[in-house]
Order: sequence, then structure tokens, then C-alpha cells
Amino acid sequence: MNYLPTYWNDELSSQLACGEIVLVSVRIELNTQLQFVEGIVAVTSQRLMAKMHGDEAWQNWHFHDDLRLVQRDHAGIGFLELLDAHKRIAYWRYRFGGDAIKELIECFAQQRKLHAPNDSNSFLHSVTQDQIPNKNSVQELSGFLADSESIEKATSTWNLLRLWRFAKPYKGRLLIGFLLTLCSTAATLVPPYLTMPLMDNVLIPYQNGEPINTELATFYLSGLLAAAVIAWILGWTRTYMLARVSERIGADLRTTTYEHLLGLSHDYFGGKRTGDLMARIGTETDRINLFLSLHLLDFATDVIMIVMTAIILFSINPWLALVTLAPLPIIAWLIHLVRDRLRIGFEKVDRIWAEVNNVLADTIPGIRVVKAFAQEKRESERFRAANLRNLQINDRVNKIWSLFTPTVTLLTEIGLLVVWVFGIWQISHDEITVGVLTAFLAYIGRFYLRLDSMSRIVSITQKAAAGTKRIFDILDHQSSIPESKNPISFKTTQGRIELQNVSFRHGTRSITDNVSLTIESGEMVGLVGHSGSGKSTLVNLICRFHDVTEGAILIDGYDLRSLSIADYRRHIGLVLQEPFLFYGTIADNIAYGKPTATWSEIVEAARAAHAHEFILRLPHGYDSIVGERGQTLSGGERQRISIARALLINPRILILDEATSSVDTATEKEIQKALENLVQGRTTIAIAHRLSTLRKANRLVVLDCGKIVEIGSHTELMAREGFYYRLYQAQARNIDTEDTTTTNSSTEHSSSGEYK
Amino acid sequence: MIHMLDYHLNRNSYGRMVLTIASNPTEKEVVPVRAFPISNPLQAIALVDMQGYELAWIDSLAKLPQDFRELIEDELASREFIPEIKRIVKLSSFITPVTWFVETDRGNTDFVLKGEEDIRRLSTSSLMIADQYGVCFLIKNRAMLDHHSRKLLDHFL
Repeated sequence: MNYLPTYWNDELSSQLACGEIVLVSVRIELNTQLQFVEGIVAVTSQRLMAKMHGDEAWQNWHFHDDLRLVQRDHAGIGFLELLDAHKRIAYWRYRFGGDAIKELIECFAQQRKLHAPNDSNSFLHSVTQDQIPNKNSVQELSGFLADSESIEKATSTWNLLRLWRFAKPYKGRLLIGFLLTLCSTAATLVPPYLTMPLMDNVLIPYQNGEPINTELATFYLSGLLAAAVIAWILGWTRTYMLARVSERIGADLRTTTYEHLLGLSHDYFGGKRTGDLMARIGTETDRINLFLSLHLLDFATDVIMIVMTAIILFSINPWLALVTLAPLPIIAWLIHLVRDRLRIGFEKVDRIWAEVNNVLADTIPGIRVVKAFAQEKRESERFRAANLRNLQINDRVNKIWSLFTPTVTLLTEIGLLVVWVFGIWQISHDEITVGVLTAFLAYIGRFYLRLDSMSRIVSITQKAAAGTKRIFDILDHQSSIPESKNPISFKTTQGRIELQNVSFRHGTRSITDNVSLTIESGEMVGLVGHSGSGKSTLVNLICRFHDVTEGAILIDGYDLRSLSIADYRRHIGLVLQEPFLFYGTIADNIAYGKPTATWSEIVEAARAAHAHEFILRLPHGYDSIVGERGQTLSGGERQRISIARALLINPRILILDEATSSVDTATEKEIQKALENLVQGRTTIAIAHRLSTLRKANRLVVLDCGKIVEIGSHTELMAREGFYYRLYQAQARNIDTEDTTTTNSSTEHSSSGEYK
Repeated sequence: MIHMLDYHLNRNSYGRMVLTIASNPTEKEVVPVRAFPISNPLQAIALVDMQGYELAWIDSLAKLPQDFRELIEDELASREFIPEIKRIVKLSSFITPVTWFVETDRGNTDFVLKGEEDIRRLSTSSLMIADQYGVCFLIKNRAMLDHHSRKLLDHFL
């Protein structure tokens, strides 16, 4: 494995003895004082070599038995240490990333064991075999690169072009819409043209003493009417048609974004705030939609109109046309000037708006905490602050913005004036007729009016582009748990779970470290340990909410990553500490994992979960509405509904993540009974804080700091008097005191477990 | 759990429905409860005692002997009150809380709707409206209401 740029490679190879080869070499970017200096550490077939940039000579250590190479890391910065039996010989610092250092250490250890430098070829072979490409790290790396790229590429209007992906299915209708726009715009340009002959052939001769030519006047006037009617019909059809299309594009965009969002992994949601995501899918898509259906359409019409008008004006009189169109470049320049400032401003407005939303999304679900700690005032301050910032930034944007429109209007007036002056001069020289000047004035009257509204497109486009970027931020984000290319469909399972040297790190923090465990089909395993010992992480890995960083999880001998995710999860029943009920009837909630369930299946599951009788007591039985704004249920009741939900899908693998820890002991007994029904014949992994709830488990796995420290049944572990024994003793003491208090306060408990 | 017909049902002298199990001669006062009163009213009925414990389960009313069925239907009818709205006469305003003046199959009445969320869609055409006290009013088929009622109702959908 080689991670080096060529200049280091050259230097390294110049150091090698005859027959010596480099097995692993790693470039490190930090020196021991944690300054950015390049360096290199390499394991060859004979020794460990290292050199920092600026060092005179290479450091060498030949393999011998005492030498050990170890690493530890903290907050993304690693320590690589070379130790012998007594002391540290050398150490290096490095920035975390990839598995290079780990490979280096493994290679070093193996070389030391081999000890004989001649055998390097066979070793090399074994190293390459070990190089299972780690999908996850590659994924992360490329994700990181994409991120930094998108940071560099500021919001550009070109983002809007990416919407083409959504417009493509409607291209036929869009083309018709465009043609209609062309025609209707042309139709609106006919009336001013007709004023020219009307003036010259009817009105001026009349002023000069000739009678009005009624026939001609009628002809021109009916032409005017016809043009107006045609423009009206065409305008109406094209607006309706394009609005329909854009509404569909917007709907597609929204659905696609939401679907993509649902496909993203657990991690993504952990790092995002609900308010922000909701704003993106709701408000932003609406804004884009409005932009497409209204503003873009208007803008296109305007541009077509300007081009057509320009052509007509030039065909009538090039000189006058030139003067008329002169302010156009000035306005274009002005638009460009303001554009940049407005763009930054609007991006800020968006961000602030998301922040206002976030305050709401934080506070409203947590209202009980807010009230309990009497922090209403602080929360309203927080909201006020966010709102104030919103105000300030809007004020700043409006300052530029408000100057913009009047300036355009002023230029319009000046432009008109210029046309008057030049036109009168030309008439006095008999170069044009009065009719021509009238037509010009009629044209540019509209023309400048459009320019005014066109200037508005700048800000709207910027807003839409910013919105598009925020939407595509979601769409561009790849799930960190990719579906396998050829997923193995997974219809039935034995439920045998095998963890092989599983490690998981979150960012730079190592959470699970080299865990190996086999859970037989139908076995119940309890995970025990302090909070933060990696129990929930292990469960998340088994559910494939995250992918392992190293090692593999096998289900019935298949690597989890090769299975179809949806197929696999269909076999998992999950009961969480905080049961989540969706807005809907109880029956719907129980049947969430199997919408086709019959009523008798639902009742059966509820009975087994000991939920049936309390459900019957509700005013509408199984048809009662629960969830947000729904029927109030206690924590234990909601838990039992979620157990019924897990029971109904009849999963082979059952995961109980602190399923009973949020309820009082009386309710726990009730739930425990329900769980006993659930556990029958299924592979079960239970996490429980109260060790007493795990008595039924075949084996207990004791975790500490992400490692397995003990495995065995309750009696075995108690006899061993190890980690579990101490944990149990400590809890037994607590429970003695807790029991006396809970019996007194059990009523209080259940009310505090209530939903609202 | 007691299933089909190892029990006996009758009305006691107080007019309450009582259940007797073949093995145990004591009479127990029971009430019939529909498990799915809205989505599946004719099946899935539980007989529960005064403490809320289920004593018997009836899969389908149609399968019961005639006299039991009549007894249960009678009892259910006396407990259930879901007037069906036939016409909406007028609304006090269009902003909740709003008083509805309606004609129902049980006569004319008015009730107060607290908020739009108390209107529950049962299917695309049928609605259930809960008033401020939780009494439910049913609209079986929105399309069957007259034009005036539909226009008023539309403000809240």
C-alpha cells in the first residue's frame, strides 16, 4: 500500500537496501509540535523508517521482538508511538483519515513476527489479500470532497439549470407554451403598430382638412380589437398551461426531495435540524414553483417582447430606434451591479429564516421542558433575537432594493424625454411622420414598463437559485449506507447474527472497537453496560442504521451490506425507549409495518402486547386517533402499542432498546408480560438499564467503552464477580431504595409519562 | 378468554346486561364495546365488565344466536349516540370556534366546533365531526348533502 506523492517515493526508494521493499508507507502532515510539516513513516521488509520534511537523515529501526507500534487518537489527531519494553522510542502525530495508519501498524506487527526479512514476498501477498476496500471510508472521503467543492462554488444562477432534470418530462408542453408565448407577445405588439397608419392616414389628413376615411378607420380599429382579443386568448392559454406544468415540476421536486431524504441514513438526520429540513422541502420548493410559474414566464415574455420591439423599431427608423434603446445597456449594467449585493443579502435572509423556524421546531416539541424550567421568557427572547436579526438583514437588503426600482423608473422617464426631443427634431427635418413618433412612444411606453418589472426578476431569480441550491444540497447527498449494487433478496431468515471484529467510529470518535459476537437463531441476548458503552450503537449497526467502519456483520452468513436494506429490515422488530406514534388511528399505528393486516390480526397482536383492554376503554376503541393532536396515552400504553406493532410483523429478529425504562415498575411488569409473548422463538437483542429485566436472557454481553468485557448467563457472571457483578450490586442497592419510592409515587410516574 | 357460547347473556331486573359463565353461576354485569366502532362496527365486539376487563369476545354479530344478538344490538343502540348530519343550516362564523346549526336524523340541533382538527375524515366522502364535549356527528356522504350545506362545509376542509 502506497499513499505517497512521487517525490517522497523517490527519496524513500533511494534509501532502500538491496532486496528491501516498502510494504506500507504513510504520509503524515503534522510534526510532534502539531505544526503542519510533511513527513513519512514506512514499514519495509526490514525495518521501520521515518523522516520529517526538513530532517537531515532518515530514522531507522530494525525489527526486533520488543518493538511495538501503537496508536491512539483524540479529536481527530492521532498519536503513533514506537515503544520497546521500557520506554517510548519515538512518536509521530497525524491527522486522522483513512486506514493508512492502521495498516501500517498491522504490517509492522506481522513483519516483527516474521522477523525474517527474506520472506517478504509471501507476506506481501497476505497484505494485499487483507485489503478489503472499505466502502465506508471511500464514501466519506468523496462526500467530503463534494462538500468542499460546493462550498467553493457559491450560489450561482446556473443552479437553476439543474431544475431541467425535473422539467424534462414536460418538455413537449413547455415547447408549446413557449410558442404560445411567442405568438401572444407578437399579438400584443400589433396595436402600437396600427397607431402609425391610423395617425398618418386618418388623423393627420383630417387635421389638414380632408374628411375622415371611415372605411380605413374601421379597418384599423377592428384590427386593434382583433389583436387585443387574440392576445387575450393566447395569453390566457399559455399562462394556464405553463402554470400547470410548473406546478407539476414543483410537486415532483418536492416528492423527489422527500423520498431522497427518507432514503438518507440516520446520521444525516442527526446532523440536521427539523425546522431547516422542513423549510427546505416546504418553502423552498414553493418559491421555486412560484418562480417558474410566474416570474420566469413573465421574464421570458419580456425578453421576447424587447427583442421583437427592437426589431420593429429598427425596421421603422433605425436612428430613432437607437436613441430609444440607448438606456437599455445602462439598466443592464445597473442590474448587474445590484445583483451581487442582493444575492448575498437574500442568502442571509434565507438562513435567518431557517433559524426562526428552528427556534420554533426546538421549542414546540420541547414545550414541557421549557415550561418546567420556566424558560418561556428565554425562549421568547431567543425568538425575538432571531426575528430581530431577520429584520436587520431585511432592512439592509431593502436599502439596496428600494433604490433599485425608482432608479429604473427615473431612467424610463429620461428615456422617454430623449425620444420626444429626438423625435421632434426628426419631424422638424421631415425625416419621420407624426405617426411614427406616436408609434415609438406607444411602444416604449410598454417597453420601459416591462423593464421596470424585469428588474424585479433579478432578486427573484437569486432567491430561486438560492432555494434550488438548498434543495440540491439534499438531493446531492448520498446515503452513507448505500444499497448494494446487486442486493441479495432476503425473504426468510434464521436470524443468526454474527459480528466479526466490528468497529465503528463516528467522525473521529471511536465508539465500538473490535467486537466479535455470535447470536444464535432464537437466542435472547441482553446487552449490559453503562450508558455510553456502545450498546445502542451495536444495535444501530445490526439494524444497519450505520455501516460498520471495520469488520463485518453477517446475517445467516451473508454480509449485511450485500442484502437489500428494505428486505432485511422487514425481519426486524424494533421497540424503542420512546415509542413513536404517528397521527392516525390505533389500528393504523399497530399495522404500521404491515398495512394489509386484517382487524383480527391487529386485535391478536394487541392482546399479546397486553394493549387490548386499555384500547377498548378508549371512546373509539381501535379507531381512536393517537399521535400528535390525538388521544392522550400514557407512556406505558404507548409502549404497549409499539410492542403490538413489532409483534404484528412477526419478525425473526427482535430488538428491544430500553423498552421498559421509561415507565414505572407496575407498568413495567405489564410490559414485561407483553414482551415475554414477543420474545418467543425469536432472536432477541435487549438493552436494559434495569438488569432485573434481563433475567430471561440466555446470555448477557457486558460492554464497556465499546468493547466486550464479559459474556455469560446471569449466574455465571455473578459467580465471576467481575464487571457485571459490580454493576448488579450497585443497582441492587439503588433499587432497594427506589422500590420503596416508586410504590408511593407510581401514580405520579404514570402521569409524568403521559404524552401531553 | 371466553369464546363462543360457553356463556349466557340476559338482562337482569335492573335492566342491565349480565353475563353468566357455565362454570360459574355468578352474574356479571357487562357492556358491549365495539373494537372498531367506525371502520368495522358490525364485527369485533368485546363484552367487558365494569372494571374494564374483557370477559367475552364476539368476532361477528351475525354468528350469534338471535336473542343474544338482539340484546347486544339493543344495548349498543342505547349507548351509542352518533347523530347523522342531513343538512347544515348555518354557521355562526367561518373562524373556529364556530357554532353549527344542523338538521340531523335525530332532530335539529346546534353544536360548537372547537377547531378544524376535530373534523375527521373517515373516507373520501364521509366525515366525523366532534363537538366541544366529544359528541360525534357523522356525515355519511358529503356529496349527498345539498348545495348550501356543501358550500358551508367546504370552508372547513
